[in-house]
Amino acid sequence: MPLIDFTDKGLYCAPGNFYIDPWKSVDHAIITHAHSDHARWGSKNYLCHTDTKPILQLRLGENPYQTLPWGEPIVINGVTVSLHPAGHIIGSSQIRVEYRGEVWVVSGDYKTENDGISSAFEPVPCHTFITESTFGLPIYRWKPQPEIYADIQHWIRKNQADDKASVIIAYSLGKAQRVLQAIAEVTDKIFVHGAIWNTHEVLVQAGWKLPVVRRVTPEVPKEDYRGSVIIAPPSADGTPWMKRFSPYSVGVCSGWMQVRGNARRRNVDAGFPLSDHADWYGLMDAIKATGAQKVFVTHGFQAAFSRYLNENGIEAAEVKTEYGNDEEDAPANVKEGEPEESAVEDINENVE
Amino acid sequence: MSEPSHDIIPGVDSAHAEIQEPGIGLFADLVKVIGTSTKTNDKLEALANYFNTAPDKDKVWVIAIFSGRRPRRVVNSNQLIAWCIEMANIPGWLFGECYHTVGDLGETISLLLPETHDPLTSTAKPLHYYIEHFIKIDKQEEAIRKQFILDSWKEMNQSERYVFNKLITGSFRIGVSQKTMVNALARVTTLDASVIAHRISGNWDPSTVGFAELLDDDVRIIDHSRPYPFYLAYALDEAPETLGDPNDWQVEWKWDGIRGQVIKRNNQLFVWSRGEELMTDKFPEYHILNNLLPEGTVIDGEIIPSVDEKPLPFALLQTRIGRKNITRKQLQDAPITFFAYDLLEFEGEDWRNRPLSERRTKLEEIVQPLNTPILLLSPVVQFNTWTELAEMRRSSREQGAEGFMIKKKSSAYQVGRKVGDWWKWKIDPLVIDAVMIYAQKGSGRRSNLYTDYTFAVRDGDKLVSFTKAYSGLTDKEFAQVDAFVKRNSIEKFGPVRTVKPELVFEIAFEGIAASNRHKSGVALRFPRMSKWRKDKKVEEINTLDDLKKMLEVYGTKS
Repeated sequence: MPLIDFTDKGLYCAPGNFYIDPWKSVDHAIITHAHSDHARWGSKNYLCHTDTKPILQLRLGENPYQTLPWGEPIVINGVTVSLHPAGHIIGSSQIRVEYRGEVWVVSGDYKTENDGISSAFEPVPCHTFITESTFGLPIYRWKPQPEIYADIQHWIRKNQADDKASVIIAYSLGKAQRVLQAIAEVTDKIFVHGAIWNTHEVLVQAGWKLPVVRRVTPEVPKEDYRGSVIIAPPSADGTPWMKRFSPYSVGVCSGWMQVRGNARRRNVDAGFPLSDHADWYGLMDAIKATGAQKVFVTHGFQAAFSRYLNENGIEAAEVKTEYGNDEEDAPANVKEGEPEESAVEDINENVE
Repeated sequence: MSEPSHDIIPGVDSAHAEIQEPGIGLFADLVKVIGTSTKTNDKLEALANYFNTAPDKDKVWVIAIFSGRRPRRVVNSNQLIAWCIEMANIPGWLFGECYHTVGDLGETISLLLPETHDPLTSTAKPLHYYIEHFIKIDKQEEAIRKQFILDSWKEMNQSERYVFNKLITGSFRIGVSQKTMVNALARVTTLDASVIAHRISGNWDPSTVGFAELLDDDVRIIDHSRPYPFYLAYALDEAPETLGDPNDWQVEWKWDGIRGQVIKRNNQLFVWSRGEELMTDKFPEYHILNNLLPEGTVIDGEIIPSVDEKPLPFALLQTRIGRKNITRKQLQDAPITFFAYDLLEFEGEDWRNRPLSERRTKLEEIVQPLNTPILLLSPVVQFNTWTELAEMRRSSREQGAEGFMIKKKSSAYQVGRKVGDWWKWKIDPLVIDAVMIYAQKGSGRRSNLYTDYTFAVRDGDKLVSFTKAYSGLTDKEFAQVDAFVKRNSIEKFGPVRTVKPELVFEIAFEGIAASNRHKSGVALRFPRMSKWRKDKKVEEINTLDDLKKMLEVYGTKS
């Protein structure tokens, strides 16, 4: 019996009797991070990192939440559980599970580059590693964050020179807060969409020092948007909601922008390959750093990624999960895909 | 010994001070702006900027590339893939996976090659250096060409490698119209756009022509082969009655061949296609025109096979395109003729600004007395009312035409696609309802999405595939079909997925011909998805018999 089983409800640890990121209602759920495909509504008890709790409260409502800081082990039914930074978004954690000397680590989503806001990814030695593979092909090699930030800033300055607003499309949790750092270095005229505003407020209340932003509302005079930067979620892109910013230019921040076809298909003015997931090289480094003998590969390019691992001396297998519906995980039909949880807020924002 | 004076080594300082020419990165930046910007004005600005800053020799190559004179392919894809695999140190199958995801060979390679230097300090050489060097070593052995490519890759960053790869694979297709480029050139030179359009058309070699020679206003190089830019029509979307008095308009059949220009100058004959390809040697039938046509004549018309003045289907013309050697049988089966539409130059004088009625009269005076089956007048359709014309339009297919061209009798022969004086009034396409059975990922902007589909009609209990189609759906619909494909795949053959036969589409096409290359026995011309028939079930689609009937009525045997 493996320590973690892949069941129809999610990743299940039988000796500990808990699930990790379940997609169906369970009694005990440990949550890696607050994105909607990993943190689902309906479980009785949640365990997550301290920084994740306020976001879960916003997204899932009041529930029994237990929190843990990074690196502090607790024992659940004889199984030792600890959380370690995954570097994906604020609060995102890898889950380390140890039982009778055997160690498994569930990565959730992760990136290996330190983005300055999500806490740096920490390799955790283990026997078995469960990794994501969103960008598990060698065509995905990210430019260093400072270079991409410089590109974004250059683009904003050019728009300012043309007296245009810069609309940046970024996922409301994670990317929006991250890109805010880059924007604040060139302007203090920053607006955010309602969906991002809600997350922003919760984080500020929880003590995060984020740059000051204004919410986009019908009351804001149109002139205020001139030369400003607006951060909006993917679901707002191309909707009438955007008209008020005219004249404006649209830039999308997403790892998928690495491939020209995706940028062109989205019909955006600029694409910035800024991702909260590890690139191919980051995934490889992370796996090697764990020293794991066995790797399970979840959402992304599972087939290619696990085949490559097997050919290179690391035993790997594909696992089917229901992860991979957040912005970055859904490559082609970002706009037309299943509604994101923020869509409700977006609709309210759009009807005025 | 005295201290060395600065004067002792003159020239060293100035040699160091020599400004280094901008590298291929300048071109890569231009391609990036053109590739991502959605507004013509931004593209125009980027081009004008480029023409203001790039080295002259690079500019000439860019004009050549953007006007369809891209350099020939110098390496084959398999060699390039092998060298990339070697340099990136990855297995071949993984290259294949990446290629399927990116959908573009040059881009895949550019993304896979390891970074070999600091991306901020490019050491790449100018665009013309790479192109001209390549032309130089074109005939040399593989090892030399390989070394050159590997060295070039090493000195470039990712976006430079991308444009470089596109150039050497001969696959540079760029989202900028010739018109936009001409307008950008008009901004940075003293010439009018129409003069530039004419200057950059025709038979010039970017490796020998200088920028000044091409576009300075005081040079008069004589290029006898140079065609005029074609005047193109927009589709008539409104009722023809909106055009007013029928007497003001000249109507001709719209033939389905290749638009072309026949030029007789300096006792030489030149035949150009609309794609500005010189086709004189591809169609030996035309050679006698050099003896027949008067000196200084340029005629606009259609390159089309015909027998007894009746046009043959496009499929026959296709058997002749791209052939270097033409057999006697091909000459017999698909005799190429030229249907003359218009007269652009007469006795060496540019006639384009004279009214169409005058040009037509002169055209008839020239063509009729020749009495040759090679050069025919495209007949003017006689009609009194628009209703009568609409009635005649129904017989287009029987005439071998795809509708009418409607031209104002007073119109000048303009440059490019212009609204107002010329219209094309095409017939509705043929349609058939079919079910999707296979799907494959697209390329370019559709990489990562299943957008290339194969369709089938019913034959009893079986489904028989008969065509592929890639276009006609909105991005949103493509995304929905893509999601369906991912959920309903039955089998996987390499990049192709067999899907549950459930989605029904109306397939529109312009023509149908018998074909023994296809299981269904037919080949369609310009098939595309005209409607997603969500209201229809797979049991309700058309049958193979329906297709065969269409072949009988509209088809042509090839």
